[in-house]
Amino acid sequence: MENKTTIVNLTEEEFVYPGNRACSGCGLSIIYKIGLKALGKNTILVVPPSCLTVLQGVYPVSTTKLPVVNVTFASTGAAATGVRGAMKALRKEDVNVVAWAGDGGTGDIGIQALSGACERDEDIIYICYDNEAYMNTGIQRSGTTPQGVLTTTTPIKGKLQQKKDVPAIIAAHGIGYVATASAAYPLDLYDKVKKATTLPGPKYIHVHSPCPPGWNFESRYTIKIGKLAVQTGLFDLYEIEDGRFRLTGASKKLKGRERKPVTDYFATQGRFKSLDKDLVARVQAQIDAKWANY
Amino acid sequence: MHIIDSGNVAAATGVKLSRAQVIAAYPITPQTPLTEKLSEFVESEELDAQYIPVESEHSAMAVCIAASTAGTRAFTATSANGLLYMNEQLHWAVGARLPIVMCVANRGIGAPWTVWNDQQDTIAQRDVGWIQIYANDHQQIIDSVIKAFRLAQTVSIPVMVCYDGYLLSHTYMPFDLPDQEKVDEFLPPFKAANFLDPENPGNFNPVTLPDVRPDQSGTTRPGYIEIRHRLQMDLRASLEVYKEIDADYKKDFGRGGHPFVEEYKCDDADFVAVCIGSLSYHLRDVIDAMREDGIPVGVMGVQLYRPFPDQAIVQALAGKKHVIVFEKALSYGNQGALYADIKSALYNAADRPTIQNFILGLGGREIKTEQLLAVLREACAKPGTAEDTPRWVGLKL
Repeated sequence: MENKTTIVNLTEEEFVYPGNRACSGCGLSIIYKIGLKALGKNTILVVPPSCLTVLQGVYPVSTTKLPVVNVTFASTGAAATGVRGAMKALRKEDVNVVAWAGDGGTGDIGIQALSGACERDEDIIYICYDNEAYMNTGIQRSGTTPQGVLTTTTPIKGKLQQKKDVPAIIAAHGIGYVATASAAYPLDLYDKVKKATTLPGPKYIHVHSPCPPGWNFESRYTIKIGKLAVQTGLFDLYEIEDGRFRLTGASKKLKGRERKPVTDYFATQGRFKSLDKDLVARVQAQIDAKWANY
Repeated sequence: MHIIDSGNVAAATGVKLSRAQVIAAYPITPQTPLTEKLSEFVESEELDAQYIPVESEHSAMAVCIAASTAGTRAFTATSANGLLYMNEQLHWAVGARLPIVMCVANRGIGAPWTVWNDQQDTIAQRDVGWIQIYANDHQQIIDSVIKAFRLAQTVSIPVMVCYDGYLLSHTYMPFDLPDQEKVDEFLPPFKAANFLDPENPGNFNPVTLPDVRPDQSGTTRPGYIEIRHRLQMDLRASLEVYKEIDADYKKDFGRGGHPFVEEYKCDDADFVAVCIGSLSYHLRDVIDAMREDGIPVGVMGVQLYRPFPDQAIVQALAGKKHVIVFEKALSYGNQGALYADIKSALYNAADRPTIQNFILGLGGREIKTEQLLAVLREACAKPGTAEDTPRWVGLKL
């Protein structure tokens, strides 16, 4: 990116009050704080049930200094469409209309409404924080839970199926901007959200979000684990702008270099403890094959 | 100006005259021509609105909910399974106190599939908290849509305007087009007290707790049960509000004056047939024929089903000998929903009539005048002997 944001020139303006209801070490709370800084004041948020609903606080107290409308689980993409429609009707078109949902609310129950909004070319930003299971209800498997992961609905053998590639599904709609980011690389996230505010049509940003209770690690390791996911080449930071794919930030730097073995990542979290050697080898082979094509 | 057109076009024209700002819809028979007409109004720029062709009814109501929360006048329309697919959103729209208006072209519910008319779709939604107005002809459709927008924004409760699929949605009748300037006077622009505004941020529909809770200034704010109690109180109060709005409409446009029930030859009647929708006009022919034979019978169409106008119903029916309730829907496992509601309203009345229930016309089964005549003659001949169990009219097997 041309003008990268650094910790020195990052805005000091905050849109999230401290002392909210997020868990200690919550990846989402980092993403939310940084994302709202990038979005700025002239923003309306649309939020379905998720950990973010809890983080937002309980009536009559609220965490966010921006207007928020809470909507039903399956409706986020359509509700964002409705806000944008109202802004057009009211001739207030410079407002950022931002949907903010978890991986279940995005890739599972919410995918129809999101797909509809993408197909209709709605001028919205959609941010999915992916903590790789239904965390708000207490760690049940989701479409984006990786293979082998222990959840409360895959309690013994781990999830048998592979992780759903939601950003690829959204990119297949042919929208102008799809990006991935990570809670462990907040400035990369900031610049992507900032860029999204300048582009027309639907913008989709999928953010990897480590979750201490859900992934079973100590809350002080959120950043370390988020970085390991990227450094092992498992979760890649990229942008697809007008159909052109490019790695960004820490993933871009990995190109042509030796990546850490994925076992380094697996070893940090209790959710991977039922992985067998065959599956670990298969995942490593998948990562190697993916990177051979970059 | 009078025109001749379909019920769906009457509805669409009412929406245009009401200057809806955001319209979202998903086509379903028999509502489809209504959405087609609205998209035409928007594309031709006859109506300055956003028309959003969503991918489902659940999303249609999501768009309306969000657009209404942002302070715009929102409209959608549907039928049958489309309405049921919205169910969660209907509850949400009411709880969020949004003045959305929706037309429902009444249709039977699958399975098995039927595209034809009955009223099970909206009757099944009677407990969600939406106001339900039923129109009996094309004129009432267009008038009700305009009144519905004013009612919705006055009481902050969404309103359904229901009319019989095919029987009204697809038939052509003459009706008067209200004058746009007069509609603008009658229906001022929607100005939300609270809306999504970056200059004045608020968190809409957040998590509430079972108990009341203080805000940061120490003022006690309601818990869930207080919020829901307020909705119930406001719904009951909206009976009087609708009566005033209907009276205003009559003053401005010369039509209306029967917001709750529309009576025909009921004043001197001993027997009263009761139903919802266009069937009440069909029954007028039957009443006329029976009157020629000297039977003192009338018919009453219920025009507002929720909130239930129980006092108006008691006033209309107390002192009568016998009441015969015809329904194109029922509360499965029990009786007709309207029948049960009327019985309940009459329970404490001083001089309550006997009452019986007929189910008919489900899935568009033709209702023949001679059938109605035979059923009603028999009911009036032996009042008070009927069982509480509903009888089904026109079963062939």
